[in-house]
Amino acid sequence: MTRRLAVVSAGVGTPSSTRLLADRITDAVRSQVGARGEDVHVDVIEVRELAAALATMTTAGGLPIAEVERAQEIVRHADGVVAVTPVFSASYAGLFKMFWDTFDPDDLDSVPILIGATAGTPRHSLVLDHALRPLFTYFRMRVVPTGVFAATEDFGAGAGGDQLARRIGRAAVELAALMVATPDAVEGFVPTGRPDRGDGFDVTSITPFTRLLAGHDGD
Amino acid sequence: MQFGVFTIGDVTPDPSTGRAPTEHERIMSMMAIAEHAEQVGLEVFATGEHHNPPFVPSSPTTMLGYLAGRTQHIILSTSTTLITTNDPVKIAEDYAMLQHLAGGRVDLMMGRGNTGPVYPWFGKDIRQGIPLAIENYHLLRRLWREPVVDWKGEFRTPLRGYTSTPAPLDDTPPFVWHGSIRSPEIAEQAAFYGDGFFHNNIFWDKGHVGQMVEFYRQRFEHYGHGRADQAIVGLGGQVFMRHTSQDAVREFRPYFDNAPVYGHGPSLEEYMNLTPLTAGSPEQVIEKYLTYADVVGDYQRQLFLMDHAGMSLATVLEQIDILAEQVVPVLRAEFDARRPADVPSDPPTHASLVAQGPDSRYHLVRPATLPEDRATGAGSGTEAELTEAELTEENA
Repeated sequence: MTRRLAVVSAGVGTPSSTRLLADRITDAVRSQVGARGEDVHVDVIEVRELAAALATMTTAGGLPIAEVERAQEIVRHADGVVAVTPVFSASYAGLFKMFWDTFDPDDLDSVPILIGATAGTPRHSLVLDHALRPLFTYFRMRVVPTGVFAATEDFGAGAGGDQLARRIGRAAVELAALMVATPDAVEGFVPTGRPDRGDGFDVTSITPFTRLLAGHDGD
Repeated sequence: MQFGVFTIGDVTPDPSTGRAPTEHERIMSMMAIAEHAEQVGLEVFATGEHHNPPFVPSSPTTMLGYLAGRTQHIILSTSTTLITTNDPVKIAEDYAMLQHLAGGRVDLMMGRGNTGPVYPWFGKDIRQGIPLAIENYHLLRRLWREPVVDWKGEFRTPLRGYTSTPAPLDDTPPFVWHGSIRSPEIAEQAAFYGDGFFHNNIFWDKGHVGQMVEFYRQRFEHYGHGRADQAIVGLGGQVFMRHTSQDAVREFRPYFDNAPVYGHGPSLEEYMNLTPLTAGSPEQVIEKYLTYADVVGDYQRQLFLMDHAGMSLATVLEQIDILAEQVVPVLRAEFDARRPADVPSDPPTHASLVAQGPDSRYHLVRPATLPEDRATGAGSGTEAELTEAELTEENA
């Protein structure tokens, strides 16, 4: 069965070192899922391309915009997510947060995610654990233990570069394992696998009115 | 088909002069707009209900009562009546009284309200918005349809032997719409009771509006009120017109850019592309609004927001003239031409509801039936049968 990987990259330039890191992680995840006998379908979301639409949505009461909805659909239906942001002013980029702000907490329940960040110096590395990890814990996503932080110097030769490659490899193993995991129990006996995820506006999952009215009809 | 205007009653400085009307000026302007709408032949005036600045219409039945005495024909309505934070007992009394004063020219639209602090100010919790809307509206139906009500719910002190006075005019409660932008539960509620569904799409895109209305239509048919295409649908709209689109856009842009809700956010062009907002020539307005019958099917009520964002009363009245003279007649003719004969052209009115007689299903608190009931001929509509059938449906 083909596994779907959604890559969310929030670099603001072109080309961006954030995208560079996202691509290296993606290649590693693809290899690791492949090594477990499964194909991978990758969709990359460049948040930069959604910047104007996200600003409109945010300031227009959530007014749905097709290009943002397409990106949301990709993330909702993914078996695994790679999310990479540049570090600005001691946290994730505002643009990165604007994208995640368009989701409801139920949309992403239990989806495995690998977090990554880029910055000019290694001194920002804890951003992964004080900013990104709590954000995705809020969404009840499964954040893999290894986060991937890359400072500019890590893209060069030397010890930094080797360590980055190792971290990418370890994180990819962790994500791939979750992406190919089978449900924990037999369907129909106990709740299995993922809980029902929000799916945007879904009119087919409506609760019949008598159930909505139950206990509220005054009798 | 009914065409009308609705107002949210914002007090906003006019960007062309920098001056904001006083609350008193704004309130009297709204009254002038309603009277003018009647004079030019529009059929509905609806006012919002708000309990926070910059909005003034906190007391809709006071306003509509004044208008009832000063108008002859126009239907007085709301957009919306807060079914969550108002006491349904007071809604039952106030709107029945208004109905008497207006000779039946009253309907109302239920809404939840999305201003967070209004809920705690009135002792409610916004997280309970949907259950509040469901419980309060069901109580309202009972107050308008049962002579003596014994009631106990979750959100309000119980009632024992309560009779709401005055009873609705001719014992026929006002027609009710349910307004919602994105909550399928509210469309389901409107369908269950066979009430109207109003999508206030001025802040929303066509695709989602179409989905939500189609869902309401399917459930309307499911609950036995008629075919899906016979359900009662209303839409919002927002227009500003000049002879040329360039003039319209140039004059309207500062109002758009400084408006409450969306001001200082998206661009006018982007917003016009995504929503019904049209600043353009009357022909462009006609072209855009004709497409809405394709989006939601043949519908019965179209309301326009005309007096938003600090626009002067003189300009608003002029805009209403253009709307009534150049836009509405064309839309009406085109909509009439495409509507099948057995799809209602208008929403129910007091006269049409009275004409259905005292034994019509309109007088039932729960008028819904299910396909199984109707197939077996068991659908006499008693509550016990309905409940049992619904349980079967849910277990299926």
